[in-house]
Amino acid sequence: MDESLSFFLSIAPTLLAAVPVTLTLTFFSALIGNSLAVPVAVASLSPNPLLRYPSAFYIFVMRGTPLLAQTYLIYYGLGELLPGTWVQKSFLWPYLRDGFWYAIFAFSLNTAGYTGEILRGAIMAVPKGEIEAARAYGFSKGLIFWRVTLPRAIQICLPTMTGETILLLKATSLASLITVWEVMGTARQIQKVTFRVYEPLIAAGLLYIIMVFVLTRLMIIVERRINRHRLAPV
Amino acid sequence: MDTTLKVEDLHKRFGAVEVLKGVSLEARTGDVIAMIGSSGSGKSTLLRCINLLEIPNSGRVTVNGELIRMKPLPDGTAKPEDMKQVERIRSKLAMVFQSFNLWSHRTILENVIEAPIHVLGVPRKEAIERAEALLAKVGIAEKRNFYPNHLSGGQQQRAAIARALAMEPSVLLFDEPTSALDPELVGEVLQVMRKLAEEGRTMLVVTHEMGFARDVASEIVFLHKGQIEEKGAPREVLSAPKSERLKQFLSSTRH
Amino acid sequence: MDQASLFSLLSFGPDGWGMRFVEGLVVTVEVSVSAYAVSLILGLIGASAKLSSSKIARGIADVYTTLVRALPELLLLLLIYFSGADAIKFVLSLISEDFEDFEVDPFAAAVAALGFIGGAYMTEVMRGAILSIPNGQIEAAKASGMSRFLTLRRVILPQMLRYALPGMGNLWLSATKDSSLISVLGNTQDLLFMGYRASAVTKHYGFFYSVAAILFLAITVISMIVIRLLEARLNRGYK
Ligand SMILES: Nc1ncnc2c1ncn2[C@@H]1O[C@H](COP(=O)(O)OP(=O)(O)OP(=O)(O)O)[C@@H](O)[C@H]1O
Ligand SMILES: [Mg+2]
Repeated sequence: MDESLSFFLSIAPTLLAAVPVTLTLTFFSALIGNSLAVPVAVASLSPNPLLRYPSAFYIFVMRGTPLLAQTYLIYYGLGELLPGTWVQKSFLWPYLRDGFWYAIFAFSLNTAGYTGEILRGAIMAVPKGEIEAARAYGFSKGLIFWRVTLPRAIQICLPTMTGETILLLKATSLASLITVWEVMGTARQIQKVTFRVYEPLIAAGLLYIIMVFVLTRLMIIVERRINRHRLAPV
Repeated sequence: MDTTLKVEDLHKRFGAVEVLKGVSLEARTGDVIAMIGSSGSGKSTLLRCINLLEIPNSGRVTVNGELIRMKPLPDGTAKPEDMKQVERIRSKLAMVFQSFNLWSHRTILENVIEAPIHVLGVPRKEAIERAEALLAKVGIAEKRNFYPNHLSGGQQQRAAIARALAMEPSVLLFDEPTSALDPELVGEVLQVMRKLAEEGRTMLVVTHEMGFARDVASEIVFLHKGQIEEKGAPREVLSAPKSERLKQFLSSTRH
Repeated sequence: MDQASLFSLLSFGPDGWGMRFVEGLVVTVEVSVSAYAVSLILGLIGASAKLSSSKIARGIADVYTTLVRALPELLLLLLIYFSGADAIKFVLSLISEDFEDFEVDPFAAAVAALGFIGGAYMTEVMRGAILSIPNGQIEAAKASGMSRFLTLRRVILPQMLRYALPGMGNLWLSATKDSSLISVLGNTQDLLFMGYRASAVTKHYGFFYSVAAILFLAITVISMIVIRLLEARLNRGYK
């Protein structure tokens, strides 16, 4: 047992060093994915079938196929396409071979599909009267969307989004399968080097539990702030 | 006196049903027009056609001498020629809704300054000053930082009136502003509206409050099945109705 | 390589990958169904534990659901896969020394792991469903002298199904997608594994991963249709 503890301590620095990678993956995928979700949701509610059908199809594919398949498709599929094109000669190329960017790309696209669907429901749940009041006061369409519909919809779907963000944090572990050394990948690397099966996984698990706990707290604080209007007056 | 709002021969159909069958009315500056009529007679539809929340099939609406330009479509409906013009005119016609429709994600103060800042382009500081004065006027200055859901219905409706006044509108449109309120809260809202009438504001009020109509209105309009059946000075219309329908309506509302 | 020859790679003949993908599809469905069955059992046990009066049972169930929801599926899968294998080996070694080189069937280990994960989410779905049965109905059953077991069987379970179905449907869809994770265990022969193999051999990564994705999509579509039909059936008399 003693020996096990000292082993834990010996791998802790390496694993801890991977925490920022996991958090960066989560942060950028959430940022890009949730931003993309806005046009996806808007298009899926558009009266124009040329916008509505593609958007509905996009949501359907993102939710209907495994994230791991999407990640492989993007990593290996793009990896097959890009070499030999102008991209290979560009200054971006050294970065573009790195699994990290493919992971962010894949997770963002996936998040855009899931959040897009959630946001679509939330937009439909915005009280009609509040939108009508804005129209009656001379708001243009764009102004109504940015000042009334979107902020109200975000409030409505925020509790769901907390759960989604936790799922995203956990899902970033799939990046380990395309050579990204985030927490999960680092744990597997340690497994291979040290021939220890359980300790690296358990240590990584502890880190995930801590990250999930902290992120949940953070999201609850954000939610409280944004949804002040539902709480009791101060 | 000038004509502030002029409605001519307004028609509105929903599918096959004609809800407004050629309505005309005129409000000069300072007029308070009370519109009465039974449920389904088209009162809300008329108000909503005036600020183009519903697009009338035909007819003309003129605000401050400016005609809202409409373009007839082949299918018998019409559409505004210029949405910018519609938005500008809407900002001159402030509407107060039966269900308040305050923006629930913004505080009372934010509700009042929202449209002046973003639609009229009033500087923020000035908008806040004006909003505070208006909130004081309707008697809820101390609620400025509350969210709508934390206010009683009467307070919410007074906030909605402050929001309307902040636009410095030419005409105030009220659609049954007290119908959603508990009876004990009706008085506080009517009192605010009375004050506005005394200030000489031009108002078009759909209401079931006959006392208010009699005391405050300069003219009463009785709408029946999408047409104006009778109109005139409150005392005449209420004490000596000419049309059989109005007589019936009055006897059913007077308890 | 042009389109036609790409698709010839998918042929069902000896040098095509068509048949392999069909096999992969079957494995994926088998794994999903088995894991889902495990999660149903664990979900029922978990929900009963969460609603039981025993503090210990509630505590264990809470730890179970909290842990599973906080840990990445991939990590849990590996952890259960390795520990399950070790546990079985240990038990077998007690019985006889002949089992020294025994290899755990990856299929069974994967099913156990995926079922364990799904069971935690199923616990919440079933708990919610039981709680949404109007209390009056359970009281009425008690009042008419039904035993606890009879109440469970005749009143709670049939109604619970109706409330639980949307959540259960979502969990089935998750189970089919999560099953793709087993491809990381090695020679699993499932759908995503076939995509991996076919693209590694032919170097047509985009094409074969797309094929795998489309087949997953097909599973989703068929599942959604079946779920719709089930819901319509169960909601007869309620809408
Ligand atoms: N968007 C719509 N689509 C179809 N029919 C409508 C629509 N809006 C109103 N109507 C119909 O038009 C008629 C007039 O409705 P309106 O709301 O103007 O009546 P009202 O006089 O305001 O009644 P109330 O006193 O109940 O508010 C009603 O028969 C109503 O059903
Ligand atoms: Mg009405």
